[in-house]
Amino acid sequence: MFRRLPEARGEPLNFTLDGKPFSARSGDSVAAALLAAGIETCRATPVSGAPRGPYCMMGVCFECLVTIDGVGNRQGCLIPLSEGMRIETQQGARAIAQEVA
Amino acid sequence: MAEASSITTPAELDAAYDLAIVGAGPAGMAAAKEAAGHGLSVLVLDENAGPGGQIYRAITRSPAPGLAALGADYWKGAPLAADFLAAPVHYAAGTTVWSLAIAAEGSGHEIGVSIAGAARMVAAREVILATGALERPFPVPGWTLPGVMTAGGAQTMLKASGLVPDGRVVLAGSGPLLYLLAAQFVAAGANISALLDTTPSANWGRALPHLPAFLASPYLRKGLALLWKTRRSLRVMRGVSAISAEGDGKLASVRFSKGGAAETLPCDLLLLHQGVVPNINLSNAAGCAQDWDETQLCFTPRLDAWFESSVPGVAIAGDGAGIAGAESAALRGTLAAIGAAFRLGHLDAVERDSRAAPVRAELARMGRGRAFLDHFYQPAKPLRIPPQDDTIVCRCEEVTAGMIRAAVAHGVTGPNQMKSFLRCGMGPCQGRQCGLTVTEMIAEARGLPPTEIGALRLRPPVKPITLSELASLPKTEAATRAVVR
Repeated sequence: MFRRLPEARGEPLNFTLDGKPFSARSGDSVAAALLAAGIETCRATPVSGAPRGPYCMMGVCFECLVTIDGVGNRQGCLIPLSEGMRIETQQGARAIAQEVA
Repeated sequence: MAEASSITTPAELDAAYDLAIVGAGPAGMAAAKEAAGHGLSVLVLDENAGPGGQIYRAITRSPAPGLAALGADYWKGAPLAADFLAAPVHYAAGTTVWSLAIAAEGSGHEIGVSIAGAARMVAAREVILATGALERPFPVPGWTLPGVMTAGGAQTMLKASGLVPDGRVVLAGSGPLLYLLAAQFVAAGANISALLDTTPSANWGRALPHLPAFLASPYLRKGLALLWKTRRSLRVMRGVSAISAEGDGKLASVRFSKGGAAETLPCDLLLLHQGVVPNINLSNAAGCAQDWDETQLCFTPRLDAWFESSVPGVAIAGDGAGIAGAESAALRGTLAAIGAAFRLGHLDAVERDSRAAPVRAELARMGRGRAFLDHFYQPAKPLRIPPQDDTIVCRCEEVTAGMIRAAVAHGVTGPNQMKSFLRCGMGPCQGRQCGLTVTEMIAEARGLPPTEIGALRLRPPVKPITLSELASLPKTEAATRAVVR
């Protein structure tokens, strides 16, 4: 979907998505890091389970919601990627049992 | 030289400021510099990592400094950002503003902010909202599929990360910005399969009376250069009248009508854009009156000559006050700051007016030709009011056009009642992606003008905050005792 300009600068940063290792660059938002890694779907909706991915990249559509370091519903496009981030996709509505456990 | 102090935790905030500015795009940056120059204590709150807003995104930390593909107009943001960062203001980046209200005690306003996972209430005597614009909703079948994005979103990736659209890319929609983005992507080496132009040919008639002013405006030269460049370097298809994104779980192709015939193009990335509209969520939630703009087809806040809204002490500058572009935004930010400095007694009326006069003259010059663009690029009705019943209108709550029309048939009269029936506008985006569509759909179904239908009534928090953020608000001992057993 996207490729990096050869002249683009930035330090490599490692992160995991659902436990799998990936890398992107400093300066990337979490949503940009996912798209740069070829990941276009980051969640399934709570209403119907339909797949969604980053859409506006500026904080207004809330499609890029992901869990970051254990905190859910973060706007991936507004959060700068940092080294070692644990990113998780969100699948459907959250179950109460998971919260208690 | 003094310089802006970065605020990275709530503890670094002062309890109160003369002026709080929400947004660090061209309007917010210019307002901050002007206000600091008049001796006001200024706090700038912005949700992005660095200054610039959307138009000058990542201007201070570009991954490819000087990149020609972004054009000279983008790099004009660099001196504006440098001036802002040199001004003696408090600047809180990466900060969410979730409420704005008249202070419960004393005078002025109270702003709910969240920084680094903790919330605070900040007091400000004056407020300037510089929340900018967002891309107009583009409700067509399949617009929720992964692989479909806004064209502005792809531009953000280019500016902030040096990422270029790759694979088979199709751009679709209308407006001057669509051609600018196409030119930038091509210059950055993207392979654009086609640009599907949905500008209705009937717009010519409406725009024609405004042509003379346009011909005398700075827009003309830029516009012609762009059209020449894009037409030469990519396949532009005009008169496209219907668009749908198709694919199973992700985008595979785009289907459209041209001259009455249906065509399909396989594609990996579909970038949609049909103009920008003011981002009015915060001003709406703060109770600022707004009116329907018949030409720009959106709600704009009601403002006086100093951009002060119907809520005293709250001014709105930049594209959030009505779309006029980045250079006008900076000028409007300057004027709003002059107005605030006057209301706070830092300027008398004579000083205010003489300071503002050259700025107003420049603003008038920048505005020439805008009416032509607004009329010419009015998006087609079927791309604003989806004719197909199964098209999703509210992306968050997955409410379709058919459900909305059925609710109107059952007697729902406006967007607020629609919320109770269908939850549309009640998801995390708080109506940012569906509000205009819902208003226009109800207006059309009821045969009334949108101004009589009104907008969604928004309420704080205008952006979601966590319970732990709320719980981090400082509490008085009495308040704690009141709930502890």
